[in-house]
Amino acid sequence: MYPYYEQDWSVLPPENNRRFNPAFNMATIRQAFTEAVERVRMPTPTRLRDLIRQIRAARTAAEERAVVNKECAYIRSTFREEDSVWRCRNIAKLLYIHMLGYPAHFGQLECLKLTASTRFTDKRIGYLGAMLLLDERQDVHLLITNCLKNDLNSSTQFVVGLALCTLGAIASPEMARDLASEVERLMKSPNTYIRKKATLCAFRVIRRVPELMEIFLPATRSLLSEKNHGILITGVTLITEMCENSSDTLLHFKKDSGNREIVPNLVRILKNLILGGYSPEHDVSGVSDPFLQVKILRLLRILGHNDPDASEAMNDILAQVATNTETSKNVGNTILYETVLSIMDIRSEGGLRVLAVNILGRFLLNSDKNIRYVALNTLLRTVHADTSAVQRHRTTILECLKDPDVSIRRRAMELSFALINAQNIRTMTKELLLFLEKADAEFKAQCSSGMILAAERYSPNTRWHLDTQLSVLIAAGNYVRDDVVSSTIQLVSSSPVPEQTYITNRFWESLQVSNHCEDKQPLLQVAVWAIGEYGDLFMYGANEDEFERPTESDLIAVYHKFLTSAQVSTTSKQYALVSLAKLSTRLQQCVEEIQALITSFGSHLNVDLQQRGVEFTQLFGHYKHLRPPLLEKMPAMQISRISSQNGESGGSFDDNSPDVIENGVEGAGNGGGGHSLIESNMNTLGDNTNILLDLLGSTDLSAGGGGDLVAATDLSNSVHKKNSRNANDGGATSAPVSHNQDLLDLLDLDMSSTTNAAGPPTGVGGGGGGILALAIGDNNQTSAASANMNNILGGLDLSGFGSGLVDGSAASIPTNGNDLASMLGGLSGVSSTSAPLASAAAGNLIDGGNLLADLNPTAASNNAALVPPRGPKLTALDKDGLLVQLEPVWGPDCMRIYVTTTNSSDNTLDQYVLKAAVQKSFQLQLVTPSGSLLPPGGVITQEMRVVASSNATLRMRLRIQYLLDGKQQVEQTEVSGFPDQVPE
Amino acid sequence: MMLFMLLFSRQGKLRLQKWYMAYPDKVKKKITRELVTTILARKPKMCSFLEWKDCKIVYKRYASLYFCCAIEQNDNELLTLEIIHRYVELLDKYFGSVCELDIIFNFEKAYFILDELLIGGEIQETSKKNVLKAIASQDLLQEDEAVEGTLRDIGLL
Repeated sequence: MYPYYEQDWSVLPPENNRRFNPAFNMATIRQAFTEAVERVRMPTPTRLRDLIRQIRAARTAAEERAVVNKECAYIRSTFREEDSVWRCRNIAKLLYIHMLGYPAHFGQLECLKLTASTRFTDKRIGYLGAMLLLDERQDVHLLITNCLKNDLNSSTQFVVGLALCTLGAIASPEMARDLASEVERLMKSPNTYIRKKATLCAFRVIRRVPELMEIFLPATRSLLSEKNHGILITGVTLITEMCENSSDTLLHFKKDSGNREIVPNLVRILKNLILGGYSPEHDVSGVSDPFLQVKILRLLRILGHNDPDASEAMNDILAQVATNTETSKNVGNTILYETVLSIMDIRSEGGLRVLAVNILGRFLLNSDKNIRYVALNTLLRTVHADTSAVQRHRTTILECLKDPDVSIRRRAMELSFALINAQNIRTMTKELLLFLEKADAEFKAQCSSGMILAAERYSPNTRWHLDTQLSVLIAAGNYVRDDVVSSTIQLVSSSPVPEQTYITNRFWESLQVSNHCEDKQPLLQVAVWAIGEYGDLFMYGANEDEFERPTESDLIAVYHKFLTSAQVSTTSKQYALVSLAKLSTRLQQCVEEIQALITSFGSHLNVDLQQRGVEFTQLFGHYKHLRPPLLEKMPAMQISRISSQNGESGGSFDDNSPDVIENGVEGAGNGGGGHSLIESNMNTLGDNTNILLDLLGSTDLSAGGGGDLVAATDLSNSVHKKNSRNANDGGATSAPVSHNQDLLDLLDLDMSSTTNAAGPPTGVGGGGGGILALAIGDNNQTSAASANMNNILGGLDLSGFGSGLVDGSAASIPTNGNDLASMLGGLSGVSSTSAPLASAAAGNLIDGGNLLADLNPTAASNNAALVPPRGPKLTALDKDGLLVQLEPVWGPDCMRIYVTTTNSSDNTLDQYVLKAAVQKSFQLQLVTPSGSLLPPGGVITQEMRVVASSNATLRMRLRIQYLLDGKQQVEQTEVSGFPDQVPE
Repeated sequence: MMLFMLLFSRQGKLRLQKWYMAYPDKVKKKITRELVTTILARKPKMCSFLEWKDCKIVYKRYASLYFCCAIEQNDNELLTLEIIHRYVELLDKYFGSVCELDIIFNFEKAYFILDELLIGGEIQETSKKNVLKAIASQDLLQEDEAVEGTLRDIGLL
């Protein structure tokens, strides 16, 4: 079984070779004795060999487990009995069991006992067990420190060796601190066997506790003047670690390293190695001690980095190594590789650098995969320092893209991206596309993102750029990251019109290929986006490139296929649905088919698609005139991405991309809870007001009962008509179509009067925004054509978000999809805030001014104790004898504004209501006024409280309503010039 | 610096593990499992290097055994292959045309040889002769102890 009978089994001279000399060697004698002893001593534990045999003989895992468990139980029992005779054997068995993956932690303490034994055999196994079973995370491991300390002082070099080896493997910071001085002492030992081990131990100690470096500094002095290679290599390793660790130490070594300077010293050692002739002891396939050479080259690299003098001193030897090393074997290439790294890292001569890059070029052509890998790796490291040198190997690198080995392909791909520039972008892209087509899934995402980035940076023209994006989408299929989809859409949207037509046609062509829609969904998404957006150009625009155009029904059929296919993802269907809606305004004949298809989604199982279906269906029904402006072409998108070299930061774009794509009508979805209200509001704003009225009407009815409706003010007349129609089932009455302005007025009145009348604390916080908004909508309504939906919506938008100032003019709002979306968002805000207010509003609605009138007495009494105001007076309105003055006074936490309204005319003003709105950054609270009736010479006072959340200047818009001779009068005015807050 | 070294068979059985970094036991097992599957799945024509987490894996197959080392980013991969080869040469010299069974049945010897070649993940001796001499001397020390112990046991000493 064992090839022990071969002649040359051992390095020992024959006279020492006692183990397997038949008959009379010590092993056989020992065997005989042991067996004799074992016959006497019962029971004896299974021998390691026998246990291994038993375990290997187990046919199933369960059988093996049974054997192991039985043995473990036995080993545990011997540990309990403190059996020291067989402890060594038992630990050895336990270590085997441990390697099989079974728990063996119960042997930890026994290992410590073994290390404390006087026998070398026990120590050897004990330290082996300690290295395998202990690690610094276990508290037990600190117990070993004492054993180690004893053994480091042993007179037997092998015991010291064992202790050093263990320390090197499992030294924790605490242990390193405790034993550093012992290690330092051993580093100066005359015994090379101990000295080299101690030096590497010092290396580990510094690794764990860098502060301990100083203890070892003096001991490193003499290491490099030794002849023994063990001491040289461990010394170089230790010095390298020290130099890497601190720049001070690096300087220390450069200035003073014993008798000689370190660089010439290392150069001398290296020179001796390469020129010293054959030394059988250290020769590896014709190279003298490659291990030492590599270590020295690495230390030279650190010493020469950014140091012209040191670099100068090592130029020659590096050139010698680079030219003299034999390259037919791995060893030679190992040294060349290290040499190249050093040449590139130090301030080397130009010629040397060329030599280094040429070596890498040779590496690239090497038949050994490992060498090729190393070459690519090194080129990648040096490409930023010396691009032109690496460019020369471009073709070879591109060849490596076809390598069957994944590690090499990855390196080649990364390197290819680093090499792309404006000159070679066309050829590089061609090669990378070929690679991308055949690449594994893991590469496709990274490669496609990388190509898109490169194309963005270096593309020679738009046409080429668009073609490249398309090719990448086709080649990478479903593995494309979202950032590629959004960047392609951005690119198309910012291209000139002929290019948009061209690429839309190309997209259409690519969709014709079978399976493209399932396997390449990102392509599908981009394609339908483009077709929807540029459908008119695509179908009816100039056809310079003579593409074959589909008929409208073909186009719809393709959409039908996508939208009904089970393989197409929901996201792609979302794109397709939006695109289809857009097409309905771009195509000339097939609008009914589109409508049918969209309507069918109104009952789709997916909530999002269903929502889209329902929303778009509205645009085909009563509000079809809204459709063209809503679905207008998107403006060119800004390309706002940060270039990232590897595309890893794609995540940050992902968040944006859906918005970019869907900011058209989709934004409405953000409305959240108020969504159904959006819908109804949209309806209301057209010529059929019933949904909104339903809303108002129902609260109305529930709050106050329908009977009071007749008492409404004329402002809400139109509402009443509708209301009565809805509530009282007046289906037959064809009430005149309510005007939008009225509706807005209605909303305005409702909510603002709520604020006024009830004076809830939320007054202007949330609901106030809404009021404001509606009021503005109203304002603009009067100036703009009332049929202009966009403007109305624009007004709502402003108000809903409350971001605009009160005077924000809706006319300035662009009427593209973006704004529409936010308008709808705004509306949703309004509707949601209107809900809680509805009941209060209802009362007002029902009784008109009566409610307010009822409130008057209490309000008046409330305001009787009004503090006499001081400070500058601002005149808000002075018209027809009506004077409204504001007196702002800064309080501790808010500004109080005392409003005094005086009537110097001869008429009695009834149902006087003052409403106010401020910017979003302020909070406004209106206290109940002192009254609502202004007889000639009468005065109404009212207090407002304004809390500022920013430093903006306060501006206020006031709306004053009253009845004059039974006719509603409305005045609007804006007030500014409020004093800034007094600094405290 | 070498972070760890694993020896495993073509069947994925672990034959030797040497850790120069202190990982918890669980992590060690996880790393071993992951690496064994990854490496066994690679085709023989592929290169010996793998980028894995923040370190580099260098592996080489000798007959039925895989030798797998994890090294740090700035270590020389090709040199690691030489270290593996040196270890195999040492095993071969010690056992005499070593096979997997030698390492199974004498795993402790395989550890002892590795410990004479590397300490703390760095190479300590570049001469094969010196390594084998040290191992042989220690074996001898053990044998002498055994004989002495036996003689003492039976009352001859």
